[in-house]
Formats: sequence, C-alpha cells, structure tokens
Amino acid sequence: MDAAFLKLPLLAQHGSLAREESLPTLSEAARVLTLQAGFNTTIVILGATLLGIAAGLIGVFSLLRKRALMADALSHATLPGIAAAFLAASALGTEGRSLPVLLLGAAVTGVLGVLTVQWIVRYTRLKEDAAIGIVLSVYFGVGVVLLSIVQSSSGGNQGGLNTFIYGQTAAMLPSDVALIGAIAGIAILAAALLTKEFALVAFNDAFAKVSGWPVTVVDLLMMALVVLVTIAGLQAVGLILVVAMLIIPPVAARFWTERLWLLLVLAAVFGGLSGYLGASASALFPRRPAGAVIVLTSGAIFAVSLLLAPTRGVIAASLRRGRLRLRIAADHLLEAAYERDTSDPRPSLTATEIDSVAHLRAWPFWYRPIVLAGLRWRKQAIRDGGDYRLTPRGVADGARISRNHRLWEQYLITHADVAPSHVDWSVDLVEHVLPEEIIAQLEEQLDRPGAAERASPRGVPSL
Amino acid sequence: MSPTIHNFIQLDLAPLLAATLAAMTCGLLGNFLVLRKLSLMGDAISHSVLPGLVLAFLITATRNPFAMLIGAAAAGIVTVVLVEVVKKLGRVEPGAAMGVIFSVLFALGVLLIEQAARNVDLDADCVLYGQLEALSFAWFPAADWSVLLSWEGLAGENGLPRQVWTLAIMLVVAGAFSAVFFKELRIAAFDPALATTQGFHAGFLYILLMLLVAAATVASFEAVGSILVIAMLICPAASARLLTDRLRSQMWVSLLIAAACGVGGYFAATRLPPLLGHDAVNIAGAVTVVAGLAVGFAALLGPRHGIIARFIAHRALARGVAIDDLLAALYRLHEAGRESAAPRELAPVVHASHLNQAIAAATGRGLIRAEDGRVMLTDHGLMRAADLIRRHRLWETYLVDQAGFAPDHVHDTAERLEHLGVDPEPSDATVDPHGREIPRGGPRGG
Repeated sequence: MDAAFLKLPLLAQHGSLAREESLPTLSEAARVLTLQAGFNTTIVILGATLLGIAAGLIGVFSLLRKRALMADALSHATLPGIAAAFLAASALGTEGRSLPVLLLGAAVTGVLGVLTVQWIVRYTRLKEDAAIGIVLSVYFGVGVVLLSIVQSSSGGNQGGLNTFIYGQTAAMLPSDVALIGAIAGIAILAAALLTKEFALVAFNDAFAKVSGWPVTVVDLLMMALVVLVTIAGLQAVGLILVVAMLIIPPVAARFWTERLWLLLVLAAVFGGLSGYLGASASALFPRRPAGAVIVLTSGAIFAVSLLLAPTRGVIAASLRRGRLRLRIAADHLLEAAYERDTSDPRPSLTATEIDSVAHLRAWPFWYRPIVLAGLRWRKQAIRDGGDYRLTPRGVADGARISRNHRLWEQYLITHADVAPSHVDWSVDLVEHVLPEEIIAQLEEQLDRPGAAERASPRGVPSL
Repeated sequence: MSPTIHNFIQLDLAPLLAATLAAMTCGLLGNFLVLRKLSLMGDAISHSVLPGLVLAFLITATRNPFAMLIGAAAAGIVTVVLVEVVKKLGRVEPGAAMGVIFSVLFALGVLLIEQAARNVDLDADCVLYGQLEALSFAWFPAADWSVLLSWEGLAGENGLPRQVWTLAIMLVVAGAFSAVFFKELRIAAFDPALATTQGFHAGFLYILLMLLVAAATVASFEAVGSILVIAMLICPAASARLLTDRLRSQMWVSLLIAAACGVGGYFAATRLPPLLGHDAVNIAGAVTVVAGLAVGFAALLGPRHGIIARFIAHRALARGVAIDDLLAALYRLHEAGRESAAPRELAPVVHASHLNQAIAAATGRGLIRAEDGRVMLTDHGLMRAADLIRRHRLWETYLVDQAGFAPDHVHDTAERLEHLGVDPEPSDATVDPHGREIPRGGPRGG
C-alpha cells in the first residue's frame, strides 16, 4: 500500500543528497553501537530502543487479546489527524510542524479510527477484518486528500509530513526524541504496574468481569497505551510499519515460553534490540529508512524464533514428530513379531516380514535402516544372521503394544459403539500413546464379569 | 465540437476510466474476500507485492508490465504461503501472522527501493508510483467523441494509455473468473469443507483468488496507487453486503458502487475544490473517501440490515411488546376481579418510558379504554389478552412438562415466547404449573 508516496521521501529527499554512500568502517560501527557517535545519534538510538521496549510490552497484551491488527487500523488512521493538525496550526498562524501538535492530531483521529472499527463490528453485520480494512483505507484516503491540500496550500512544501508515512529517524530533533522517550517511558511504567489486570482481562475477560474487575476500563487503558506507543513510533518507524513493532516481538517471544512474565521480558528485549540495531544501522547508512531496518531486524528475530525455539519452534517440533513416527514404526515391527506366535519366547523378525510391515505401513525408503538401528540401540532386537531376533525386552514391549491395542479395541466396542470390524484402524492411531492410568482402567474393566464376551474381536493377551 | 468536450476527452477521460476500471476490478474480487473473512489478506497482499515489483524491476531493469505481473504474483503467493506456514507451523493466530509477514515484506520492499533508486531511475511514471493525475495528459486523441469509436483512436499509437488497457483486461479477467467459477466460489465462500467434499479443491480456488488479487493490485498500482486498491477490495463489497442478501445481487451491487465511487471520487477531486477556490485534491484519496461514504450510507440506510431500518423495527417490536405486557397485566387484574387500573399500577409491568405511549397506542387500536383516569380492557382487548395469557401459560406448561424446567424458573422464558405468536405443541392441560387457569381458545377459536 501507499506506494504512491514512495517517490516523495525516497527520491525527493534522498535523491537530492547526492552523497555517494560508502561502507562504514568497523570503528565507526563500534562507535555507533556503543553510543559514542555524538549526542544526536546516541539520543536517537536510545529513543528507538526505549520505543521498541514499550511496543514489545504493550504488544504482548494486544496479541493475547487477539487485537494485533487493530493497531494497523489505528496507525493508518493517524494520517488525517497529522495533516489536519498541520493545516489547523498553520491557519492559526503557529508553526505547523511542531511535533506535539501533530501527535495530538494523530492521537485524535487514531482513537476515532479504533472507535469506528468497534462501531462497525457492533452495529453492522460486517466482521472485524472488513471493519479494520475499511477504516485503515478510508482514513488513510482522507489523510492523502488532506496532504494534497497541505501541498497545494503551502506551495509544494508538505512540511515534511511524509516522514510520518515511512519514518525517518534522521529528521528527528533531540526534543522530538525526548518526547518520544517520555511517551515510551509512560507506557513501560503503566504496563509494569498493570500487568496483573491486563493479563486477567487478556486471558479471560468473562472471569475478570464476574470477579468484579472493571473490564471496560482496563480495556480502554490497554487501548490508550497502544495509541501512545503508536503515535510515539510514527516519526521513527512510519505509520505503515509501526504496527510491526507491536506485533512481531511478542509473536517471536511467544515461541520461547509459556509464562507471561518471561513473555513480557523477551518481547521487551526483542523489541528493544530491534530498535537499537535498526536505529544504529540507520545512523551508519543514512539512506536506509530506519523503520524498514527496525522491522527487518525484528523479522529476523522472528524467523530465528520460528525455526529454533526449543519446544514450539518448527525444527524442534518436526524432530519430535519424526522421532515419534520412528518409534511407532519400531512398535509395529515388535507387535508383528510378537503376534505371529505369542508362545515363541524369542520370536524372529525375517527380512520378508520387515518388508511386509514396511509395505503395509507405507514407510518411506529411509525408515527401514533407522528403525532397525533403533531396535538394536534400545536392545529390543539383535541381529541374527540376515534376520533379527527379539530380545526378552523386545518381547515384553511387543506384548505391551499388542495388549494396548486389544484393550483399546475393547473400549471402543463397549463404550464408544464402534463396530468390531472398524476398531482395528482407529486403535492403530492411539495404541502408541495410551497413558498408564487409562491402561489401568481398561484392565480393571477387563476383569469384570461379562467382559470376555464383549472383549476385543481377537481376545486380549495377558502379560 | 465544444471546447468543454474537447477538454473532457483530453484531460479527464483517461484518469476517469482508470479510476473506475480499477475500482470495479478490485470491487468484484473483494466480494469473495469479505465473505471469506479475508479482507486483511487483500490488505496484506497489496502491501507485500512491493518487494516482488521492485525485484522484477531490478532483475529486468525495465518496466515491462509482464515482468511486473510475474513479480507481483510471486510475491502474492509467497505472502499466502508464508502466512499459512506461520499460522500452521508456528501456531500463531491469523491476524498476527498476517501482520508479521506483510510488514516484513513491505519493509523489504522499502529497502529494495532505496537500493534500486540508487542504480536506476524509478521515477514518476514508474509502475510503483500510481498517480491518476499523470494520466491527464497521456491521451491526445483527435479530441472528438469519434475517437472512442475507432480502433486507431483507442488502441493506436496515440490511443488510450496502456494503464487503462491493462485495467480493462484485468476487469474482464476478474469478471470471467467470477462468472466461470461462480458456483465453486460461492460454496467455498460459505462452506469450504463442503466445497472440498464436492470434489474440487477449496485451497486451489483460494490460491487462484489470491493470484487474481495480486494481479489486480499490480494493474491498479500502475494507475491509481494502492490506498485505492485496498479501499476498493473491501468497501464496495462491504457496502453491497449491507444492502443485499444474495451473493449474485451483492456482486452486481458492488460493481455499481465501485463504478459510482470511481466516477464520483474523480469529479469530487477535480471539480469540487475549484468551486471553493482550491486546487484539485488527490484523486485516489477522494475515491477512497467516497467509498467510505458508501459504506457509511449502506450501514445507515440498508433496507434490512441498515441501522435506521433496524432501529425502526426494534422500536416497533418494543411497542408491540409493551402493548402485550399492558394487556396481560390488565387481564391478570381482571382475573383477580378488578375491572380497571390506574396507569401507575401498571408501571412495574410496562417500563415507565413506554407506558403512556403503550396506553395511547392500545387505546387507539380499541384494545383498552380510559375512564376517569383509569384504564380497562375492551371486549376486543379482553380477547387479545386472553390469547396472550393462554399462550404464556401453555409455554409454561410446555417448559415444565416437556423441557424439564423447574416451575419457578419458567416465567421469564414464557414472558419472551408469548410475544412471538407461536404456540407450543397442543396440550390437554387446563391449569399452568402455578395452578392458574389457562384461558380456552384464541380470538378466532371463540
């Protein structure tokens, strides 16, 4: 979106800066990163870091409240406010481009936008996604119209209002940064003080309500903080990308933990890190728009989290699934060997038998060596010439799996009214993951009178 | 040939056509997005085609529309796939997943443009910079209506600008897609699972739809800029959804609204400000504002779902209920042997704000009459009241006997059901669970 405006900040402003960009030296980079590159650079980096921390914290609650994209409507809806504030201030004869005035205008229309979304959802049959889309495009359109009025009335000078669309840290004055830092500080403080209330409302608003908490007030406070962070981020990141600061760090942090306090800490760290690295990079490469760099930094943190997080990460999850599949494949071999002749104390596992199990279970070609190695490693089977032979432990495991299968079949037939001819398949999915308590319960039922007639179609082996 | 028409054809016709065609293309596709709760997917795609466009531009170093289209379509698919991956594998809620993907891709696009702007000239007539105003001087025909009838005038060397043709082709493609797959799209929009069991892949249709959205986005980018794309993907379809109840009519209405937004927005931007002594404002922005107004009017004035219509219906229902409650209260007093009541005695039953209105309305309908400041039922009113009380007590009986309610819990439920004009299944009961007599027969039954 908003590509119509790309040209303005990128060419009109940077294009005229004909300075050819060269790679910064290591010492320059070190100076910037250690906050020794002059007062202005340092204060901008600090401001962006603070902003990242605030956005990460507040974003956690709006993510948990499933309102992530509400901030998108909010940030787009700030444009008409910025332009209108500029026009109003200019008409009154004061300096139009005063940051507090512009941010006030931004906050007014931003809040108006959020209220419009809620009004549409409450009073029409349109869903929230359509409401957000309508508000963000229409408010933005109003802003564009107002900007064109600004442009024509001030003689082609848009008063630098474009920086609010894409963000430009280079344009920030120390006083602007101080204001942004103060807003971020307030948001951090409020989030710290109200963590309990926010968590309660975000996780279970119905419970919060019946417990006597003023849910509406807490919701409004939460929204107010989102507004604060958004308008604070406008100048640094731009109104299109500021929503990313509220969404990406919390989503990335969510991969690493299930605990709220850790989630808050991680989101704040990720947000702060993105702000710090993004603003530093933008100080080293003046032509790089800081907003985009900040967002891409947090995007990289997100990608790392998505892939590498220990339990929820994609790699860990697929490894876990793969291991489970391999164990189930090994279980099938043990079960097959055991069931061929339950009286055989050391059943063998011939190559043709392994082939038929592999065929029946549609193993991929690479399963077979891994499964067999696993059997040997767990000491469930040993090599016996070209074939395999179960060890006593393998026999016991095979018996257990077979028994679980029968017990569960019995349960499905007697309790879940599944036809005897249909149980085998559904049981196959669950036999590997039956917990101990359920097995104990099923066994108890098996001992009751009359259980024998209703038992599994193939009888239940005893251990 | 008057100079007005001459000017209109030269200056206005091309941007007007571009705005209208873009609005209609996006408006048509938007119907399926709004119905499938994918509005924000349209938003996400129109943000994230940016890196695709810039990459295509960087690789081919031309503004070849075909390369741009491929780049944008690829970016669209990447967006859809990445959002699905993050949603499924990362178990992230859909809104947040979209937010992550589109903002990262958009940021990438912004950086790439910086990169591109250094090496090559991405200037005003560049694809990325959709500006309707630039089309104003793009068409210099013979300045006569006849150019619209000749192939040379439309498509020749000095014909309509390419952007207009691209948009016209996109509209035809989107229209053909909607017409050919109408049945499938309809099932997929309302019940994707059913669609899959009917033997065609809802997911495949979804990808196809997203591809078209990406293509429409690019075609429109060129001419109208992207705010308009998002607004037009959502607003016309949303307004039509508020006005109609059938998909087919919704689609026609959305096309009409989109066209009206294009034309109305164009003239609002170019003709209105000069009347106020101002320069023309941004056309795409004005079209978007008109689209917003369309949603607002539809929300207020829709015949069935409009806020005003619902308010009126709600008021009528509330008044009917108040009259019913009034009659029932008088009937209960009548049972207790009292023929008339002072209005303030009825205040606990009928809310005070409705009481006087209800008394006036019931008097007007000949259901009650007033004497000496006291109200009493007429014969006609007595019959209506008996019918109401009968239905109330029958429902109480039904709720206790058939639905297993406790006798002391049925009154409130029955109080609501009695206004619906529906009897429960017949019963032989002559007294309700509280031991009160159930009046026999309705007004017609005697």
